[in-house]
Amino acid sequence: MSDSEKLKAAVEAWSAKADKAAARYPERKKAFVTGSNAPVNRLYSPLDTENKDYLESVGLPGEYPYTRGVQTTMYRGRLWTMRQYAGFATAEESNARYKYLLAQGQTGLSVAFDLPTQIGYDSDHALAAGEVGKVGVAIDSLEDMETLFAGIPLDKVSTSMTINAPASVLLAMYIAVAEKQGVSADKLEGTIQNDILKEYIARGTYIYPPGPSMRLITDIFAYCSAKVPNWNTISISGYHIREAGATAVQEVAFTLADGIAYVEAAIKAGLSVDDFAPRLSFFFNAHNDLFEEVAKFRAARRVWAHIMKERFGAKNPKSLMLRFHTQTGGSTLTAQQPENNVVRVAVQALAAVLGGTQSLHTNSRDEALALPSEDSVRIALRTQQILAYESGVAETPDPLAGSYYVESLTDSIETGVLAYIRRIDDLGGAVKAIEKGYIQQEIQDSAYAWQMDVEKNERIVVGLNKFQVKEASPKGLLRVDPVVGERQVAKLAALKAKRDNLAVKDALAALKKAAEGEDNLMPPILSAVKAYASLGEICDVLRNVFGEYRPSVMF
Amino acid sequence: MYEDLARRCLDGEVRAVARFVSLLEDGDRRAYNAMSAFASTMGKAQILGITGPPGSGKSTLTDKLIGYFRGQEKKVAVIAVDPSSPFSGGAILGDRLRMQGHAVDPGVYIRSLASRGQLGGLSKATAFAVRVLEAAGYDIVIIETVGVGQSEIDIVKVADTVVLVSVPGLGDDIQVIKAGIMEIGDIFVVNKADRDGADRVVREIRAMLETQAALKRGKSPSAGPDTLALRSAELLHHGQTGAAPSSQIEQIEAEELPPVMKTVAETGEGVPELGARILSRFEGDRLSGALESRRLSSIKAQLKDIAAWQLLDLFADSGGDGRLDSLAEAVHSRSMDIYGAAKKLTATLVKGEQA
Amino acid sequence: MERKIRVIVAKPGLDGHDRGAKVIARALRDAGMEVIYTGLRQTPEQIVQAALQEDADVVALSILSGAHNHLFPRVVELLKEKGAEDILVFGGGVIPEDDIPFLKSKGIAEVFGPGTPTQTTVDFIKTHLKRS
Repeated sequence: MSDSEKLKAAVEAWSAKADKAAARYPERKKAFVTGSNAPVNRLYSPLDTENKDYLESVGLPGEYPYTRGVQTTMYRGRLWTMRQYAGFATAEESNARYKYLLAQGQTGLSVAFDLPTQIGYDSDHALAAGEVGKVGVAIDSLEDMETLFAGIPLDKVSTSMTINAPASVLLAMYIAVAEKQGVSADKLEGTIQNDILKEYIARGTYIYPPGPSMRLITDIFAYCSAKVPNWNTISISGYHIREAGATAVQEVAFTLADGIAYVEAAIKAGLSVDDFAPRLSFFFNAHNDLFEEVAKFRAARRVWAHIMKERFGAKNPKSLMLRFHTQTGGSTLTAQQPENNVVRVAVQALAAVLGGTQSLHTNSRDEALALPSEDSVRIALRTQQILAYESGVAETPDPLAGSYYVESLTDSIETGVLAYIRRIDDLGGAVKAIEKGYIQQEIQDSAYAWQMDVEKNERIVVGLNKFQVKEASPKGLLRVDPVVGERQVAKLAALKAKRDNLAVKDALAALKKAAEGEDNLMPPILSAVKAYASLGEICDVLRNVFGEYRPSVMF
Repeated sequence: MYEDLARRCLDGEVRAVARFVSLLEDGDRRAYNAMSAFASTMGKAQILGITGPPGSGKSTLTDKLIGYFRGQEKKVAVIAVDPSSPFSGGAILGDRLRMQGHAVDPGVYIRSLASRGQLGGLSKATAFAVRVLEAAGYDIVIIETVGVGQSEIDIVKVADTVVLVSVPGLGDDIQVIKAGIMEIGDIFVVNKADRDGADRVVREIRAMLETQAALKRGKSPSAGPDTLALRSAELLHHGQTGAAPSSQIEQIEAEELPPVMKTVAETGEGVPELGARILSRFEGDRLSGALESRRLSSIKAQLKDIAAWQLLDLFADSGGDGRLDSLAEAVHSRSMDIYGAAKKLTATLVKGEQA
Repeated sequence: MERKIRVIVAKPGLDGHDRGAKVIARALRDAGMEVIYTGLRQTPEQIVQAALQEDADVVALSILSGAHNHLFPRVVELLKEKGAEDILVFGGGVIPEDDIPFLKSKGIAEVFGPGTPTQTTVDFIKTHLKRS
């Protein structure tokens, strides 16, 4: 008998024994599934991975197809970037919070903007009422941006900005602030999210229809590859897709499908793939099913490497590497017994680190209740530091590789992802699939199924549908002072009174002309920003030329 | 209460209109009786039907048309019909979403109706809701419905003018507008006309219209939809190869055929032209008398439907359901044939005979 | 024919997180109600007009951005102005417990936090309808 035959016989014998045992002492559940409803077998053994060529499908860290990670020695060289998303109320307060976080040992900044800013409205817009400074900082003009980064040398930090539809405007403001600090654009490091497709799919802060939105994005690619070479021009995001209810497979599939759409758009705009692909980055979620999540990150890297090499013919190894930021899953946190969230976040953060993330945001325990308080943010950051310095998981790359279970999950996620990508290709690509509501519908179906499973107690959420306690309402939640809105409106009015309004008018007229034509929009946006045109004024010019997106709803 | 509600509808009071429509939907007979208050306003509004396949952009187009008609100083009401869930009887109605730009304009009223058991068709209340909106002073009442199943056939029974919307890229283009429903369109629209393939869809629709007109002229009275589709394909083939059209087609004068117009609803392109065409079509039909004969046949069709519903009501009221059970038993046990049993049942209604 | 409960499901304010609103919309449909889904970025004025024109029995509001204290009471206020106090208004989303008494004092019938089973919402509507 060969070794393989021996193994097969042994596994068969074991299965018979296990069946007998299960007949006498029934297993806990009829069907075991992952957090995303994928089946989990009773046993994984070398038989599950024996048909795979190790070097071809798994390989070594830092080598194609990058299943085991994009750096050769991973965290032995440098730990992941610990980057907490933060931004509150006004530029002054956010500036103080950033300085606090940097002093606490955080290594990168992450800017959260308020919703009016994300949708390109000034703080004095009718729809901004009640929203100014609520979920992030309000930025109306370059003046606010100067305050936001006052005393923070922009050549010394890397800054991630969660901004999409008006990404060009905020990036232009950042470049302009740096210039005033005497830092040239080629010294800047950071990321803009700039991923409009997932806004249509899941997050909702879109402005323009897909066509012109894709143009704005490819204009940024082109501009940055020449002028801001160390900037990550897009963070293709599965995070919000997962938050909207997608499964792990859907999260990866729809994110990579969006990625394909951006690459195609850039190529169509005349860029060569290796000029912009190394600056593409990704952003994923981390949920509670530890092994499935680790497998998800590994599968995502492998699929992307294949896509870039085979579909787009990329040559530069950096073009093939899927680098990603991770945030732990906000939708997994419970408002009930919120202290338990600290544990959930620890498990999720562990998954991200075992999955080889490049940077990580850990959620705060009170996020299901309100915006996080300073204490909660510190615990969240400490969770990462404990993983990094005490747990030992960062000491060797991809430590779960070779686990029969994890390798098998990695393969099955890959298969599921490829099937979705084929389906989306058949529909004409991600943009078409979004316009048809296909992607949104798939996610909604998963979200509804999850909710029903929880309501039928087929899925246990500790503290929510099992192990409940009577509890007092939590105290000490962070609140945004409602006068923030008024102060911001006053500041904007004062700016409009003192700036050179003729220069603003000229800059906006030039922007309009460029938008109607085909020139790259970054230079005229930068000029308008430097003239202190407001975010709302700039976005309104583009709204008038491009129109506004209206979603199709399907249930 | 009902008379008072009807009076408030005539005053154009939004809440009263909304309530009245709900009562009609719920099948409240007293509300139907109170409809007599609207006799004097009947026929005042132009009733416009807009239908097309899912994803053709009907709601966005409707939204833009509302804007156009408002610019012409017309008050506009919209009835958007979506299917009810066959399982729960509930519904999610989402068409309003794309018309929210007009939500706070007092000259615009938007109402979503679920089809409520009318499989794939319009809600029974639609034709009556139209009369209420007309009574409330809306100059144009738009009925927007997805073109599947029965609804596009239903829509001709209610609308004065029917706009059939189609769009490039929905798969096999020739299938987009099925041969059988070509006849109901007064104006054809190819929306999302900035996309590849728009001109092809326009050509295909024209070809089908021309073939249909040729058939109507009696050249081939026995031709069914299959022949029609075949002829269209033939015609299209000619068009593409640049060969001269057959002599049969040459005789058709283009003016007789419904127009095929292109729009890009998202940007509003082509919408003013479409809006103007809709209004002029209505005026033309009014002057020519076509409107009156169309409305008369609409009334006939509706009358038949209503009579059938009334019979069913009567059937239920007169204990017909109980009688049904015993007759079904009889047929099942082979003591009566089904045709004879049905005759007995209808006799119950005609004579008012009790079970 | 039976009388159907008609519900407006709306997202006032600017946040785009509509997972909860969509799950609720489906659950209400599956409970036999007619749901008018108005989508994102609704002003209180738009929501109230929709409620009036659609003859809604219920307005269900969802918000996660923290603007609830400003936007929820405004909806109730506008309904009152139009003489439509008989429309039941409730809300859900990320809303701190401390804000609930204030919202209730402003006429929001109930506030459902994260993790509320959809059946709870269905039952609440059925037992709290203000119109017969």
